[in-house]
Amino acid sequence: MENKKEETKKVPLLQVRNLKKWFPSKSGVFSRKKAYIKAVNDISFDVGYGETIGIVGESGCGKSTMGRSVLRLIEPTSGEIIFEGKDFMKLKDAELRKSRSEMQIIFQDPYASLDPRMTVGEIIAEPLDIQTNLSKEEKREKILKVMEVVGLNPKYYNRYPHEFSGGQRQRIGIARAIILGPKLIVCDEPVSALDVSVQAQVINLLKKLQKDMGMAYLFISHDLSVIKHISDRVIVMYLGNIVEIADKDDLYNNTLHPYTKALLSSIPIAARNVKREKIIMEGDLPSPANPPSGCVFHTRCYMAQDICSKEAPKLVDYGNGHKCACHFCKNKVTE
Amino acid sequence: MKIFRFFTKQKEFEQEVLSSDIEYSSYYKDSFKRLKKNKVAMFCAVVIVLLILIAIFAPLICPYDPTHQDYAAILSPPSAKHLLGTDEYGRDILSRIIYGTRISLSIGVVAQILASIIGVALGAIAGYFGGIVDTIISRIMEVFAAFPDLIFAMAIMTFMGKGVLNLFVALGLLTWVRTARLIRGSVMQLKEKEYVEASKASGATSFRIIMKHLFPNSLSTIIVLVTLGIPNAIMYEASLSFLGLGVQPPAPSWGNMISAAQPYISYRSLYSVMPGVAIMITVIAFNIFGDGLRDALDPKLRT
Repeated sequence: MENKKEETKKVPLLQVRNLKKWFPSKSGVFSRKKAYIKAVNDISFDVGYGETIGIVGESGCGKSTMGRSVLRLIEPTSGEIIFEGKDFMKLKDAELRKSRSEMQIIFQDPYASLDPRMTVGEIIAEPLDIQTNLSKEEKREKILKVMEVVGLNPKYYNRYPHEFSGGQRQRIGIARAIILGPKLIVCDEPVSALDVSVQAQVINLLKKLQKDMGMAYLFISHDLSVIKHISDRVIVMYLGNIVEIADKDDLYNNTLHPYTKALLSSIPIAARNVKREKIIMEGDLPSPANPPSGCVFHTRCYMAQDICSKEAPKLVDYGNGHKCACHFCKNKVTE
Repeated sequence: MKIFRFFTKQKEFEQEVLSSDIEYSSYYKDSFKRLKKNKVAMFCAVVIVLLILIAIFAPLICPYDPTHQDYAAILSPPSAKHLLGTDEYGRDILSRIIYGTRISLSIGVVAQILASIIGVALGAIAGYFGGIVDTIISRIMEVFAAFPDLIFAMAIMTFMGKGVLNLFVALGLLTWVRTARLIRGSVMQLKEKEYVEASKASGATSFRIIMKHLFPNSLSTIIVLVTLGIPNAIMYEASLSFLGLGVQPPAPSWGNMISAAQPYISYRSLYSVMPGVAIMITVIAFNIFGDGLRDALDPKLRT
């Protein structure tokens, strides 16, 4: 098992290097200065085969933009995306469309992600229509099988999306994403629009599908308990930057970054007599159009010192792939 | 593919799917149900169907040839022989109004369809691609919208010459801007939807996205626009014919009949009133039906 893990780590499915997405923002009609909103700013990470990477962060920290940039649904400003050794960024239109069968996306809002004028069968068939030349019968057979796999009654084949509940709609979205057998699925907050009871069902479905089909997930969420349940490794983002990457257990048991600590301390605990100090972050998320100098987190950090506002900390590996971008992590580790 | 449990009873199962007795309702089925509940709109629909039938079967219904001149009965009052009387050349007014239905309706429908084709195509392109394409198309639309409607139509008719074919073109050029603007807005809104993004994520081309997602989702808007655009075109046709730039006599059109009846309005008022009534009925029927259609298709009213 250990060996296998080592091997997969050597050849990652997806390598993202220095990914940037800067949105130009308007700054006066006559102003020549161009302002940018740095939604994703210099992000690098790897995704191994069959691995689930959780991505957490507050609203507006660039999680979704990052997920879409990796798929080139939003064209990244710069950076490298290497998928199975091929440079995904250099693909031209036609090649890009072809290689889309390898990577799919599941959306947050199950009400907006299904075309209201199409039946369930047509919605799930769309990737097949685009990517394959199967006959009608073959397609139909495949669709019915996938519907069974994701737990949809095949009787619903001819129904329209508005007749379904949120959880069922999300299953339709999942069926559409897995029908081509992709190697990577970006899950953009797939459960945050659902009831808690349905959330668990959908997450367990995603886990089961991963076990059976072996695809990797890039699982974006703001819910730390969901991330803890599904992820192998976790990336913590703040204002378009990665502040901490670690294996799940490392992150939750040996937290290094003050921002991650603050996030973890905000998870409510069900036990009555356990008291935990809550770290309350002051202020709001600064505007990504005008990020703070130095460490992006220093304006809200309880550990902030002079150096934080002057120098941006680098993402440093503290062993076992546990990386953290903070000036004061080192002291803590050596202690 | 271990995970796909093989269906042993595939055939039975498919049949179950096909003959599933649970009624599923499509969007248009639902809309039609709602439309049927709107009695006024349904009445107008019947009126429209009648008008269309009159237009199609005009030669069978007409008591006289609309261009036949009977010099023995010039400007005769309504009688058993001529139900609505005759005009200054002794032509039967009822027959001319019936034939006028043919011309007015066909001009309204054809001009509106022409306008919709131009408007939907340009509006969809502008809305979907945005950027410089949108800027160019939007400026063209603004140029067209900057002229007063009737004067613009008159200019085109004077430039291209009179005649029914040119009338189609003039009215088409006049009304496409409104369609294009609405479709542009609707496409701009729809293309941000996540199902379009999902389609893109599966590798769909722009053409496919426009045809499979954007067009079907704006179809209800287009239907309403066409229905409400037809009476508009009929009005313009009547105005142009009244001014002598539209349908040329002796071909009958409601507009040129009102124009011809002007000198006799004081003592043969029915001659000028009846074509006006015909225009009114047609325009009101299309407008109320169009409104009903819009209410029925509006997804916001859906429960």
